[in-house]
Amino acid sequence: METLKELRDDIAAGKTTSVAAVEAFFARIDQFEPTVGAYLSLCKERALEQAATVDAKIATGEAVGELAGVPVAVKDNMCTTFDATTCGSKILENFHAPYNAHVIEKLNAADAVIIGKCNMDEFAMGSSTENSGLKQTTNPWDASCVPGGSSGGSVAAVAAGLCAASLGSDTGGSIRQPASFCGVVGLKPTYGRISRYGLVAYGSSLDQIGPLTHNVTDAALMLNIIAGHDERDSTSVPEDVAPLKDYLAELEIPFEELKIATVPQLNEGADALVQKAVSEALAVYKSLGAEIVEIEMPHFDYAISAYYVIATAEASSNLARYDGVHYGHRTADPKDYIDVYSKSRDEAFGAEVKRRIMLGTYALSSGYYDAYYLKALKVRNLIRSDFTKAFEQADCLMLPVSPTTAFKIGEKTDDPLQMYLADVYTIAVNLAGVPGISIPAGFDENNLPIGLQIISEAFSEDKLLRIARMHEKETNWHTQKPNL
Amino acid sequence: MADLDYKVIVGLEIHVHLATKTKIFCGCELAYGDTANTHVCPVCLGMPGSLPVMNKTALEYSILTGLALNCEIAKFTKWDRKSYYYPDLPKNYQISQYDLPFSEHGYIEIPLESGETKKIRILRAHLEEDAGKNTHTLGNFSAIDLNRAGTPLLEIVTEPDMNSAEEVGALARELQRIVRYLGVSEGDMQKGHMRFEPNINLHITKNGEVFKTPISEVKNLNSFRAVERSVAYEVRRQLAAFEETGVTMQMGNKATYGWDDDKQMTVLQREKEEAHDYRYFPDPDLVPVDIDDAWLGEIKGRLCELPIQMQVRFAKEYGLSDYDAGVLTADRATAEFFDGTVKLGADAKRVCNLLTQTGLKLANEKGVSVDQLRISMENLAKLAKMADGGDVSASAATTIFEEMAENGGDPAQIAEAKNLVQKSDAGEIEALVDAVLAENAKAVEDAKNNPKKGKKAMGFLMGQVMQKSKGQANPKIVSQLLNQKLNV
Amino acid sequence: MTTKIDEAQVRRVALLGRLELSDEEVAQFSGQLSDIVTYIEKLNELDTDNVEPLAHCLPVHNVLREDVPKPSLTNDQALANAPARENEYFKMPKVLGDNSGA
Repeated sequence: METLKELRDDIAAGKTTSVAAVEAFFARIDQFEPTVGAYLSLCKERALEQAATVDAKIATGEAVGELAGVPVAVKDNMCTTFDATTCGSKILENFHAPYNAHVIEKLNAADAVIIGKCNMDEFAMGSSTENSGLKQTTNPWDASCVPGGSSGGSVAAVAAGLCAASLGSDTGGSIRQPASFCGVVGLKPTYGRISRYGLVAYGSSLDQIGPLTHNVTDAALMLNIIAGHDERDSTSVPEDVAPLKDYLAELEIPFEELKIATVPQLNEGADALVQKAVSEALAVYKSLGAEIVEIEMPHFDYAISAYYVIATAEASSNLARYDGVHYGHRTADPKDYIDVYSKSRDEAFGAEVKRRIMLGTYALSSGYYDAYYLKALKVRNLIRSDFTKAFEQADCLMLPVSPTTAFKIGEKTDDPLQMYLADVYTIAVNLAGVPGISIPAGFDENNLPIGLQIISEAFSEDKLLRIARMHEKETNWHTQKPNL
Repeated sequence: MADLDYKVIVGLEIHVHLATKTKIFCGCELAYGDTANTHVCPVCLGMPGSLPVMNKTALEYSILTGLALNCEIAKFTKWDRKSYYYPDLPKNYQISQYDLPFSEHGYIEIPLESGETKKIRILRAHLEEDAGKNTHTLGNFSAIDLNRAGTPLLEIVTEPDMNSAEEVGALARELQRIVRYLGVSEGDMQKGHMRFEPNINLHITKNGEVFKTPISEVKNLNSFRAVERSVAYEVRRQLAAFEETGVTMQMGNKATYGWDDDKQMTVLQREKEEAHDYRYFPDPDLVPVDIDDAWLGEIKGRLCELPIQMQVRFAKEYGLSDYDAGVLTADRATAEFFDGTVKLGADAKRVCNLLTQTGLKLANEKGVSVDQLRISMENLAKLAKMADGGDVSASAATTIFEEMAENGGDPAQIAEAKNLVQKSDAGEIEALVDAVLAENAKAVEDAKNNPKKGKKAMGFLMGQVMQKSKGQANPKIVSQLLNQKLNV
Repeated sequence: MTTKIDEAQVRRVALLGRLELSDEEVAQFSGQLSDIVTYIEKLNELDTDNVEPLAHCLPVHNVLREDVPKPSLTNDQALANAPARENEYFKMPKVLGDNSGA
């Protein structure tokens, strides 16, 4: 299976064509998509047209973008002027955005060919993609298991070879956790690194778009395309505050005198095989000369609590607009205008979305604001200071991504709290706004992938990718592919 | 109704549309009365994935107004979401300011009937977005137009310092004058640029005890007349209600009213303040704003002398009547044009008369402000001095003013060209006077010795001299000479 | 199971969030939300008296745009997704009262 960069180079060199690449992926999609269920929409015709245009440009020697002709996919919470933008929700099932998200413009400018939009937990709320209101996605390694979530479709599409790379979004682990479950690389950049313009909001102060790829090199390539300031997003950080890098430039240069922080106490919460995978990864780094520093993260344990207040509070407000007035689902026969709101929302939102709207509304409501929302913001500050202190002692922090490997479909759907608790390793990263990456680091007894999470300080994606690449060069976990 | 001793207590909430080119969070142009839903984009439609970016001019206009209202400007301010569901509010939350408004604790000085001024305290002013409009033109359906959604809206809240309907009206008008002076709003009531919501109650003294009536809030008033009349109506209604039932203010019996302009009465909308739960929290899509001294200083530099200050100064320094001072300060262009002209040495009263009696009328006809007529302050000052010096008559000055307004030009040249210059050369006029006296012995006799006919005879002689001079003799000098020669 | 958030609370919150929940949903949410909120109250173990709330991790303030017009959508684009429209307008069952917030 070719990587993004290999395919890009082959197309550029004329070894293959974009049309051939698109057709090859659609052949695989025809074969495997019925089982995997990664896509909510596919746009073969449009993709082939674009591919032909790129091929013609290459043939005539015209200048092309950095991802010219490469078939990629995006999570269906990124607005596109082609196809619907559903967010995996019945409420937006027929919503056609009149504009493209910033990242879509970036992919278009790079001459990438978007072949489809991927399934997800409804409004990115979930850790298994089971909360999609529109489709079930399965884990390419074991169709009885979940792919993780909420970017389950984006991850499954890459893992199953149904696109060269994809974009997901990560609010509390939604890129990293499914990447870990499906054995691909998933990068959540620093909050503010990539414009959220056109990304349908879940938790606005936490959401961040990032790449899902076969390897670290592809993640760096993808980040090169999508990173950068956008004046349409007030939270997109200007380049004078956080300069952009060419993330490929120094990727192959190992990080010298690398100091890695670990939190043994935290690791104990994970399954034995997950702990083992993390230890083995640390051993790899040690063998490369890295120093391991054991630290404490005293407030890490409170991240889930803080997150489920802050994210749901923001979500309760962000999702207020889905009311059946200006777009989206409207109840069939409203008796008055209040019905349009209450019935439309009740009919079209799934249980998890309702639950989070309820929780967030509660946390912001009169009499509870200080006890929940304000308290959570204060704890968020404490959590961030844990990270600040960690990065004073080490170059990066290594943790599991998830306490378990992929679980069975339906296994956790009855107990939302248990599902939330599984986000323990990823959530704090979003609260602190720092970048994190999940890279393949082993398999469990059922041949399900295990991921290693590496975290570094804000806007240090160049360093994070270099560190990740060091491990990748020494191991072959990332080259293992599921037997579909 | 027995006469009760009572005091009217009114506070005012005012919403002012800012005159920016674009909306507060997106690049859609502001437009009034255009085709529905044509000044909208993903941001102001609240579409999924859209994000707000603050309009710098809207914030600067707000700060400028805050400064003019003598408010403390916060060094740090932020935006919050206020949640409530309404079809003209596309996101179902309004981006507003909650606990850290950009300005607080100011005052506005308003003119009173007496010519005095009164300070009304400002509690706070904050910046927010306006909603769209629901119209009810479809029978059982409402039609929604979102062109107005996202218009920058300055909300100003006063303390309950007004004690009559007239004071409320005066504040409303004064605020309109201020925002127009600053150029931050057109303040056009017809277009809904200003909306008022008075909170009214009475403190009634009865048998030595003070009773407070329940507060009424009258929503969405968009004319000065409606503001004044609704307050006056509420005063009468609350008095009557107190007389009848003795009802007084308790927790939660604040009621919301609308104003029925046809019936000229307030109409109850909600008996109790609904249990609103707006769930304010900081908008995570916007970042806070630091207002540093340099920026604030730069905005301060854009302040102008306030209308009330000019009005008081014109009356005091220039000896104008309150009425004239009020007319001249109704808009900034007139006030500054007047003031500038006077500062060139012209007589204030003369300039005032030329402007109020001729200038404003002409400007109004042409749909421009007086400074946009073709008259410079220098030429107006010159004309005023000519009139004062007797070089031209008052009526000639008006004629010259009109000519200048139309075609520009120098007043002295126009006077010359139109033969409007008065002769003030005493020698030349004396010859005319002597000739007239010689020709009219009877009138001279009457003027000198006949007390019954003296005045009439004097007028006759005066007329004869003027006629001989073809109307160009300075009547003052003619009159002086006649008096002198006839010893009257 | 605790009933930290009883059914009346669930209904109050559902009204605020404009969700017309079935009785079954109300009962279910009462239990689930009580569990979650009980867990969340773990936050109270921490003394945060001297801690500033952190709404945002960004190192940026004062993001302001110039007052320059940008193209708007056409009326048809604006209404393309409308569940119901009448001429140039979005259409809703008759709306009562006044916009009480603005």
